[in-house]
Amino acid sequence: MKSGSFQRLVEVGRVVLINSGSDAGKIATIVEIVDHRRAIVDGPTTNVKRQVVPLNNVVLTDIVVKSLPRAIGSKRLAVFLEKNQVVEAWQKSAWAKKIDARQRRANLSDFDRFKLMRLKKQQRNIVDRQVALLKKERA
Amino acid sequence: MDAALLTWLHEYQVIGRRLPTENEPTPKLFRMRIFAPNEVVAKSRYWYFLSKLHKAKRASGEIVSVNEIFEAKPLNVKNFGIWLRYDSRSGTHNMYKEYRETTRAAAVSSCYQDMAARHRARFSSVQIIRVAEVNTADVRRPYIQQLIQPGLKFPLPHRVTRPAKRSDRTLIIAKRPSTFY
Repeated sequence: MKSGSFQRLVEVGRVVLINSGSDAGKIATIVEIVDHRRAIVDGPTTNVKRQVVPLNNVVLTDIVVKSLPRAIGSKRLAVFLEKNQVVEAWQKSAWAKKIDARQRRANLSDFDRFKLMRLKKQQRNIVDRQVALLKKERA
Repeated sequence: MDAALLTWLHEYQVIGRRLPTENEPTPKLFRMRIFAPNEVVAKSRYWYFLSKLHKAKRASGEIVSVNEIFEAKPLNVKNFGIWLRYDSRSGTHNMYKEYRETTRAAAVSSCYQDMAARHRARFSSVQIIRVAEVNTADVRRPYIQQLIQPGLKFPLPHRVTRPAKRSDRTLIIAKRPSTFY
């Protein structure tokens, strides 16, 4: 039973993206809930040490590791993550790809930007030629 | 990780005794577990409590050792029951409160904050009598019982998206924020 319109729930096994702090940008799994504001989170395969994290510093994703036992240890959690291919599922998601694209754009060198400009120009050239031809046909 | 681990209070084991005299060459040692922000306050609170319990005071006694007690398993969540005694404006009362925390010191810190908020009781008016880990079956308070149900899950209904750093805050944003998660 879904809880109304809220699809993303804080639960044991929910994968979260850490927003602030030294682990910002990494994903981890909720291993235990402390109270309505904090959870214990662990990311053995993504370099996130097991820690208590305030839920304000974290974003819930759509990925849940099903039937994860409460307060599971790091090593067994790594096994669960491998089996359910959680990290791969995250990296395939549109969200992760957008973050990646944003980072790449921010880290472009001047030469990269030049190359990008050239490629865009070429793309525009091809597209605009076709558009111009079609317009001519219509007119 | 950074800020969440810094609890305000630490637990100290303070052992002291009266100074040896001719009548009493080897006085008894008295040990207390004190919650305090630092060792200085721990020693002060030690004498405060000891002089209430025994004929011993700081002037005629000595502290033998002060050691910090660290939590054995700081990454396990526990349910703590805290028995305390506090002075209100018109009398002194006993209380039993429960907290869900990872360490004893964090539970007691929470307790002091809670007492200040709910009863306007300051640090000096609160005496912690006993702090004990409570089994899931023996939890008395409904606000803790609701968190120890098996298969607990809940949404975060009103999400306020804040920038990670205060310096990233802008006055104007492109789109009106949505609070739906």
